[in-house]
Amino acid sequence: MSEENEMVTGIEAPIYLKYNFTAGAAAARFLAQVKKGVVTGQRCPKCKQVYIPPRGACAACGVPTKEEVVLADKATVQSFTIVSIPIPGNPIEPPFVVANLVPDGANISFIHLMSECDNADVHIGQRVQAVWKPQEEWDYAMDNIKYFKPLDEPDVPVEKIGKLPVTGLEG
Amino acid sequence: MSQPEVLHQEFELGFTYTRSTGPVVGRFLTELKQRNIVGIKASDGRVVVPPMEYDPDTAEALSEFVDVGQEGEIVSFAWVKEPREAHPFDKPFAWAMIRLDGADVPMIHCVAAEREDQVSTGARVRARWADETKGFITDIRCFELV
Amino acid sequence: MREIAIVGYQQSDCVSDAGAQNEVELIIPVVGRVFEQVGITNAQDVDFVCSGSCDYLQGAAFAFVLGVDALGAVPPIKESHVEMDAAWALYESILKIRMGHADSALVYGFGKSSPGELPIVLSQQLDPYYLATQWVDTVSLAAMQARLMLDKGLITERDMAEVVSRSRRNALNNPRAQLKGDISADDVLAEETYLSPLRKGDICPVSDGASAMIICTVEQAKAWGKPYAVISGIDHRIETHNMGMRDLTDSVSTRAAAERAGMGNGKVDVAELYAPFSHQEIILTRALGLGDDTSVNPSGGVLAGNLMMASGLSRIGEVFDRIVAGEAQRGIAHATSGPCLQHNLVTVLEAA
Repeated sequence: MSEENEMVTGIEAPIYLKYNFTAGAAAARFLAQVKKGVVTGQRCPKCKQVYIPPRGACAACGVPTKEEVVLADKATVQSFTIVSIPIPGNPIEPPFVVANLVPDGANISFIHLMSECDNADVHIGQRVQAVWKPQEEWDYAMDNIKYFKPLDEPDVPVEKIGKLPVTGLEG
Repeated sequence: MSQPEVLHQEFELGFTYTRSTGPVVGRFLTELKQRNIVGIKASDGRVVVPPMEYDPDTAEALSEFVDVGQEGEIVSFAWVKEPREAHPFDKPFAWAMIRLDGADVPMIHCVAAEREDQVSTGARVRARWADETKGFITDIRCFELV
Repeated sequence: MREIAIVGYQQSDCVSDAGAQNEVELIIPVVGRVFEQVGITNAQDVDFVCSGSCDYLQGAAFAFVLGVDALGAVPPIKESHVEMDAAWALYESILKIRMGHADSALVYGFGKSSPGELPIVLSQQLDPYYLATQWVDTVSLAAMQARLMLDKGLITERDMAEVVSRSRRNALNNPRAQLKGDISADDVLAEETYLSPLRKGDICPVSDGASAMIICTVEQAKAWGKPYAVISGIDHRIETHNMGMRDLTDSVSTRAAAERAGMGNGKVDVAELYAPFSHQEIILTRALGLGDDTSVNPSGGVLAGNLMMASGLSRIGEVFDRIVAGEAQRGIAHATSGPCLQHNLVTVLEAA
């Protein structure tokens, strides 16, 4: 069969849809603080857990969270992975460390990058601190923090991860 | 607590699907590529364009293809004064249900016209082919008033 | 068969743009109010939860999972979701209770349509080879349906305008409505057509918001000691996706669902119909054989505000509200899905 007579067996039918996404009230407050170089969470009025990034509700209790809590930019490694494949469109070169980090004063972790560290030394309970971009580059974005780097502090015992006050292990 | 400002970000979501066409849709699209339009006979003998794989009433697999005309009549239409970005024209046009000659079931496609008062139910239209046909529903660029 | 009651219903305002509210922030106020109405704390106090939503509306993948943050899902709850209007989530919940797997359920629906271009987003639910690829928007499809009726002399533009006028006037008594006003059919007809033959008034607005309902066995309703209405029947029917093969001037699937739901077993005092376009209210009224003794869309219906994925559940809630208020003894609620009334669900509600 010639090419023009060949049976059509498939079509390309890409769908592109345009949206104007809105962040949500809790996320907007959080990002407005991040723009000022401040990390905040929200405290559940019922179970007192502090969430970061806040979504406006306590997922455990199903109640709105309104109280805003300023957190430290120091955190503890709750878990991590070493990534050996590149992120499409991202300048970070593998291998790099992606970690679940609990900031001091919060009870749950968020995900960020670790750098200025020996990947082989990264471990659960390790203390880290945010390395911020220059202030003039701050925007409504979590990458105002470039990454977290290790702190010269004793490790946090596993049972205490996610339970530190905003003043840290010694506080 | 003060009301937060509304943070918003425009973005485009893309789903880059390819779809398998199977023997019925594939046949219809193959014929379109060759600038021909085919329908299929339903269980009750009605000719359906574009062809369906199964009869909606009896669930019977359908396979009897029928050539239909490239002209037909408008069964109903909607006059789009303000075309949307995704639409096939950037000036006013009509979406229409068009019953092609030799078909019983109308198909939905667009009709090019300058003004709304040129379009009417019962008006005759003819398929205008795209400059390049590739086996896609838009190989019929639009229908034009005869 | 176990008799099932509605014991609580709440809806947010219909707003054109919920702005800085994410899905959880839309859901949590209505879910909180419906828990309060029944006198319970959170989803731990019901046996089952089912929601209806569609992530494509706002373009946020798995938004329905984030919605679970509004429930209090620790320890884990029995939870399900339909990518449909929450009226179908109610249907699933009713089955769950009838099968004896639960005695109570929370049902909620939410939609934030404002971030996207809704008629174009909905074009992608059509036939993926022949229609979605043409980007035929849903308003245009409804306009063709209206013209079929006009051409056949089944309706006039004035009939359509009367529907719009009654919707706007009824909505004056609905604090949650988006469009309301004392406008006449003449006022509607004075407007130019927007997507001929439809005028803007003939088309429901795009609304953001949520609604929530709690259902349970009649025994549980009595134990909670709250006023309730009984769901005496529910059924849904679908027609072919090929619009050319449907009689678009009638709704055979609505009629079939109503028959199966037992609508004909008594007088219908009130009917809330999910008609996103004025002519569709006429199609539905006729398909259901509703007469002058039935109050149709006393809330204003969805022409006064259309919460995609929640409006169907809200229709049922509106009938519930009127029954527990003593304004009606028996009523029906209709929900729809798909283009030009393709898929229809009918619920029959009766006073306890």
